[in-house]
Amino acid sequence: MQTTIVHRLMVVDDSNVIRRRIERSQDLEVQFVGAARNGREALEMHAALRPTLVTMDLTMPEMDGTECVARLIERDPELRILVVSALADKLTAIEALEKGARGFLCKPFTDRQLNDALQKLMSS
Amino acid sequence: MSTETEVGVFLEAVLNYFSTAVQQAAVCGTPFLAIDKIPELSDFTGTIQISGKYSGLVAFTAPKSMLCVMLMRMQETDMCQENLCDLVGEIANTLSGNARRDFGHQFNISVPTVTIGRKNRLELPDGARPIVIPIGWRNYSSTLVVHLL
Repeated sequence: MQTTIVHRLMVVDDSNVIRRRIERSQDLEVQFVGAARNGREALEMHAALRPTLVTMDLTMPEMDGTECVARLIERDPELRILVVSALADKLTAIEALEKGARGFLCKPFTDRQLNDALQKLMSS
Repeated sequence: MSTETEVGVFLEAVLNYFSTAVQQAAVCGTPFLAIDKIPELSDFTGTIQISGKYSGLVAFTAPKSMLCVMLMRMQETDMCQENLCDLVGEIANTLSGNARRDFGHQFNISVPTVTIGRKNRLELPDGARPIVIPIGWRNYSSTLVVHLL
């Protein structure tokens, strides 16, 4: 018997519009479990929500995404994190990947680009 | 980086933003330097402070009606003031962040601050000559202001 893993998605972004957009636009078999407005909130919510997938903005107040990626991966090395950020330089992407993120999607994005990136993340 | 190159970087970011985020192309008017005159603001303005290798600001200002239509294009149904502020800040953030591709890793951007109302003024140093990029989208007019040192 084949078991299908339903991924649990947490969205981390300081923009409400982006949080809602990601929540709405993903049409994959993913269960949306919650959203955080910054890195600190994401760390607080992580234990209760137990996400398996995270989309992570980088420029956020209180705790930025780079630090949050590192701390989440420290807690759960299997966590699949997709960085979704406007910071378009290569060094930023490399830094996020070095901290443990598994993918990088540059803002702005289309629904299709988001779905493709999440699909890739789930099959990674 | 020359003024022409700076303008090119932001023009590309603006065109990419509209064609991707709301999937309808924008048209940029002829950019100009605002000499002896602080650019006028629209209903909502998102401002990003730049620090690091460069200093200054990037501000995107747009009328409420335009932001409402943009939210609709993003399938957002709630046109509350919070979401309008959020969107104008997110646009300023995205255009600034995208510019790092050309300005480099030391082009540090702040989180956005948002002001509401046409009577507000951008806080620019005396003698500043910011670049003003007029942006047309559908029947709406908005503006990107870039001041970098």
